[in-house]
Amino acid sequence: MIQAILVFNNHGKPRLVRFYQRFPEEIQQQIVRETFHLVLKRDDNICNFLEGGSLIGGSDYKLIYRHYATLYFVFCVDSSESELGILDLIQVFVETLDKCFENVCELDLIFHMDKVHYILQEVVMGGMVLETNMNEIVAQIEAQNKLEKSEGGLSAAPARAVSAVKNINLPEIPRNINIGDINIKVPNLSQFV
Amino acid sequence: MLGYDISWAAFNIIEVMSASKFTFKRVGYLAASQCFHEGTDVIMLTTNQIRKDLSSPNQYDTGVALTGLSCFVTPDLARDLANDIMTLMSHTKPYIRKKAVLIMYKVFLKYPESLRPAFPRLKEKLEDPDPGVQSAAVNVICELARRNPKNYLSLAPLFFKLMTSSTNNWVLIKIIKLFGALTPLEPRLGKKLIEPLTNLIHSTSAMSLLYECVNTVIAVLISLSSGMPNHSASIQLCVQKLRILIEDSDQNLKYLGLLAMSKILKTHPKSVQSHKDLILQCLDDKDESIRLRALDLLYGMVSKKNLMEIVKKLMIHVDKAEGTTYRDELLTKIIDICSQANYQYITNFEWYISILVELTRLEGTRHGHLIAAQMLDVAIRVKAIRKFAVSQMAMLLDNAHLIASNTQRNGICEVLYAAAWICGEFSEHLQEPHQTLEAMLRPKVTTLPGHIQAVYVQNMVKLYASILQQKEQSEEKDAAQEITQLMIDRLPQFVQSADLEVQERASCILQLIKYIQKLQTKEVPVAEEVIALFAGELNPVAPKAQKKVPVPEGLDLDAWINEPPSDSDSEDEKPKTIFHDEEQRHSKHRQPEIDEEELARRREARKQEQANNPFYIKSSPSPQKRYQDTPGVEHIPVVQIDLSVPLKVPGIPMSDQYVKLEEERRHKQKLEKDKKKKKQKKEKKGKHRRHNSLHTESDEDIAPAQQVDIITEEMPENALPSDEDDKDPNDPYKALDIDLDNLVSGKPHRPLADSEKLPVQRHRNAETPKSPEKEEIPVIEKKSKKPKKKEKKHKEKEREKEKKKEKEKEKKGEDLDFWLSAAPSAASTAQSPNEPSLNTVMAVPEDYEEPKKEEREDEDDDEEKKSSKHKKKKHKKEKEEKSKDKKKSRKKKHPSEEEQVEAIQNGTLDDEPLPPMSSYCLLAENTFIKMTYDIQGNLQKDSQVTVSVIFENKSDSFLKSMELNVLDSLNTKMSRPEGASVHDGVPVPFQLPPGISNEAQFVFTVQSIIMAQKLKGTLSFIVKNDEGSTHEKLDFKLHFSCTSYLITTPCYSDAFAKLLESGELSMNSIKVDGISISFQHLLAKICFHHHFSVVERVDSCASMYSRSIQGHHVCLLVKKGENSVSVDGKCSDPTLLSNLLDEMRETLAKC
Repeated sequence: MIQAILVFNNHGKPRLVRFYQRFPEEIQQQIVRETFHLVLKRDDNICNFLEGGSLIGGSDYKLIYRHYATLYFVFCVDSSESELGILDLIQVFVETLDKCFENVCELDLIFHMDKVHYILQEVVMGGMVLETNMNEIVAQIEAQNKLEKSEGGLSAAPARAVSAVKNINLPEIPRNINIGDINIKVPNLSQFV
Repeated sequence: MLGYDISWAAFNIIEVMSASKFTFKRVGYLAASQCFHEGTDVIMLTTNQIRKDLSSPNQYDTGVALTGLSCFVTPDLARDLANDIMTLMSHTKPYIRKKAVLIMYKVFLKYPESLRPAFPRLKEKLEDPDPGVQSAAVNVICELARRNPKNYLSLAPLFFKLMTSSTNNWVLIKIIKLFGALTPLEPRLGKKLIEPLTNLIHSTSAMSLLYECVNTVIAVLISLSSGMPNHSASIQLCVQKLRILIEDSDQNLKYLGLLAMSKILKTHPKSVQSHKDLILQCLDDKDESIRLRALDLLYGMVSKKNLMEIVKKLMIHVDKAEGTTYRDELLTKIIDICSQANYQYITNFEWYISILVELTRLEGTRHGHLIAAQMLDVAIRVKAIRKFAVSQMAMLLDNAHLIASNTQRNGICEVLYAAAWICGEFSEHLQEPHQTLEAMLRPKVTTLPGHIQAVYVQNMVKLYASILQQKEQSEEKDAAQEITQLMIDRLPQFVQSADLEVQERASCILQLIKYIQKLQTKEVPVAEEVIALFAGELNPVAPKAQKKVPVPEGLDLDAWINEPPSDSDSEDEKPKTIFHDEEQRHSKHRQPEIDEEELARRREARKQEQANNPFYIKSSPSPQKRYQDTPGVEHIPVVQIDLSVPLKVPGIPMSDQYVKLEEERRHKQKLEKDKKKKKQKKEKKGKHRRHNSLHTESDEDIAPAQQVDIITEEMPENALPSDEDDKDPNDPYKALDIDLDNLVSGKPHRPLADSEKLPVQRHRNAETPKSPEKEEIPVIEKKSKKPKKKEKKHKEKEREKEKKKEKEKEKKGEDLDFWLSAAPSAASTAQSPNEPSLNTVMAVPEDYEEPKKEEREDEDDDEEKKSSKHKKKKHKKEKEEKSKDKKKSRKKKHPSEEEQVEAIQNGTLDDEPLPPMSSYCLLAENTFIKMTYDIQGNLQKDSQVTVSVIFENKSDSFLKSMELNVLDSLNTKMSRPEGASVHDGVPVPFQLPPGISNEAQFVFTVQSIIMAQKLKGTLSFIVKNDEGSTHEKLDFKLHFSCTSYLITTPCYSDAFAKLLESGELSMNSIKVDGISISFQHLLAKICFHHHFSVVERVDSCASMYSRSIQGHHVCLLVKKGENSVSVDGKCSDPTLLSNLLDEMRETLAKC
């Protein structure tokens, strides 16, 4: 079983966080932070396996990661997964991203977070490896994108979805999100039409 | 999402999930999968939505729903949707099939009851034509088997076939990993595996596969305890391959190689030890993960010969290590390595003690307590070392300021605990006890943690006692009084301690010493009595000893000794008892001065009592273990070393000295031995001389420096040897430990009990389709039928030989047995001398496979053992009974659950058992197929009904390409997949093997629901058998009764009354004569067949309510006369009401 899949950049900013086991948000943040610090210390030419992600699982679990340009791809897996197999899986995932986004870069992950998740969902489902054949994955993703296009994309929102978004209680969302020294201002969202 | 809480949007997410467009549905499910979890309360609202999406004609809707569900499945969702997912496992699209298969694992985890009914189909999927589905099924079974391997042994032949045929590396890796888990349970499997695995190792180019193969071969080798001739060859192959991995420049391979190496080490340390150079080299690697792995390996590689050398290397690493975690790891490893197997590799304990002392100089380690525990353990158990240990500990105490001064070194001050205790307990070995006592009385000590101070205080008295004795013996009265005065002066600082333990001990002791002082001034000799306080030796007790003390017969530890206090009382009394306690404590403080005689008398009495008590771990089993006369210590030759200089200077590692000394000693020994041998050999002829130069020093040759007597830890008498305490009762995987064998084999020994079947949507009482599992015959079995006969004959011969081991076998057992023994028996024909050994191998698992319960029974009817025929029959009977019992017990388990469901469904709370009812009625039937159907209204959509049709294959042929078509009317239309015309049929999403039944659902749109409808339709399908395939048709009429538009809706009596008062409802009534069944059953029938719920019931009169999918209210008043029933109805639509009542009349007339 895969317990979690984390993608973060060289500065520890999470770009994709996918837990297959429930953790409260604070713990999730802590895990991302701790994992980042563990991974950051390591040179590129030492082994890609790490033991002792004390927060997730325990001794049965390993962190398996790969570093691509500005991004770290970290998988937390238990002993039922083959270590080298997971390394290959990361490679498959990254190559699929590359194919779907045509030269993927960190910005793609930021602006198309949903798409990245959809791709991941075709590779790993509920913590178990679903498909490892890249052509198959890409074919399914493209078929779904086509279906989406035929529906007119997000702009053709039906009344119910519009009302759902309208009903979101915007004042409840915190205006300012403070993470350490970074201060993010939430822009005033214009009404959804 | 991305680490931020979005639970506030949960409800909106559900709204987006229920959007009809895929675009939005996908977004909704993605959000849900990120933020929903078991605690999300709105999750129960999604059940119907998910069910709808799962049965959606669009495969991507289904896929998205499955993916989402896999992330937030809860026990409730799993229970409600298990059946739907089961159906999807045989979907036409492989894309859906693989997802459905994969998600079943999650469902099993949350709802273990679903495992048995779903397993046959899961097994079927192992041979799916699509590689993706196959890999998913392998994945799920591997996960299941990893937790409870023994239930999946019977799948081994199937997996073996897959392993030899599959080319997908992913699947191969999974299967090979699975075999690794299975082999420990079945040694014969390992034998069969070795050959194909070694072939794979030789042939594969994929490193990942190679690695897993090596791993499994290792597991196989571990499981095979008996020596096989080709055994060592495979080990050599593994080790050699691993060496290639370790020497590879890729750090990942290096790491994995070390990991696998450590597995070999456990069983075959010799073959790993030859690679010591490589592993020591890895210790210098820059990668911490690799260093840690190498450390693990070192543990198994030490011998008496190289221990010192290895530890010396490690000590160098300790000094160099940067991170504290790594250093701590090194420290624990050093201790582990040295202490393993009861210190069997340590030849010189002085060296070990000095290593421990050196380790105390580590900065900021967390493992002070480990070092302390080692010091205590060694000092207590190795008598010969006590003198040396005490001198070292005294030095530590003297330099306590170095250890305790730095607050950062917090962990290490634990060693002072050990030091103080050792100095106190073995004070007779101290050179300068006075100096040590002063060291312990320093004001600085009060900064130490409480528990350490407490030990200090306690051991000061021991020291004091021994000094006192010394002085009195040498008649130095002044010196004795001086030391007493010192104690009285310094002890008050401990009396003021904030720690209660320290305070109490200090004040007790202070009073005692004041009393001694009084006696001293009267010139009474007191030393003997003071030292008697600490007489007797403490024996080491095994850590689990207390737990292992067996509970004596007739003692119930859970029983109340006194009457349990009532709840209300305890609250009032609590504060009282607290004060009471405190008072008692104060009173204790006030009267510590009990005169010596009284003390002695009490001690004597206690000793007597202890001696009579068999459960007390005796403090002094033999008088020779007393302090005063320990004869063992004196005449043990201790190597005299002049340690005075290095010992006094802390900071200089001195363990190295021991290494040198040890080497010298060994060298001397060797020389002596060689001399002797030479003398002996000189007498012989020159031929043998060469051996001398080749002579290698084996472990046994090294005599330990001291005659070491390692005392084993004490255990209570008749302690239970079990080690059960390690199991975790909360293991979620435990629930999945379900015996699946009966399902897998052809004979259904234990058919699925009713309660085990998956809950089908809403019609729980329906005559559920005969579970397909029963009729299924696994493919392998067919293939192996012929040779089995031979096998049986072979076995019979064996049985004659070994009548004792004769036991009845299950069919499944034979199947597996046959498969496993096929290869070896073939080999045995070639080489007959091997046969006896084979027999024994085969005989063992026979016992093994027999379920434990039966063994118990066997013992019971031992007398009948001789007549095996009798026994067989009996066994079968017993088994049947047992399976019945199991059914019963299973049913009993969930009565509350079932009742609850019933209550919601029928709206009645019945105490009487109801006769079984089915809402499924016959749709059409011919020689090939039988269709039964049931219609349910849809709550969300006011104009949709779902028709569930059960297709049952009655023929011996395979039915496929089934298509259901209905001639739409103006009012009622079947919903077809997008793009299909009105005349196209809807494909049934599965195929039917012979004897199998399955359920499909079709959605119909209805405009007006006030009239019953009939639709003509056709089912077309292809019958495929040996002769070829034919196209067949079956016509049917689908009857939509008005009842099927009703939905059971509970209603409160006040709302019901208001509804009746409103006057908007029209009325109608019927009367049916000749009713004989009880009113209770009558109501249940109306509830079940007509979807009503009971609002109120008074004697033989009841009001009932229901609602149509389009919102019509229907109210009934049912009265029962002598043998007639009258029903008055009120409804917002008169036509609907009269139609409903007509239908009801029909139902009632049947009663």
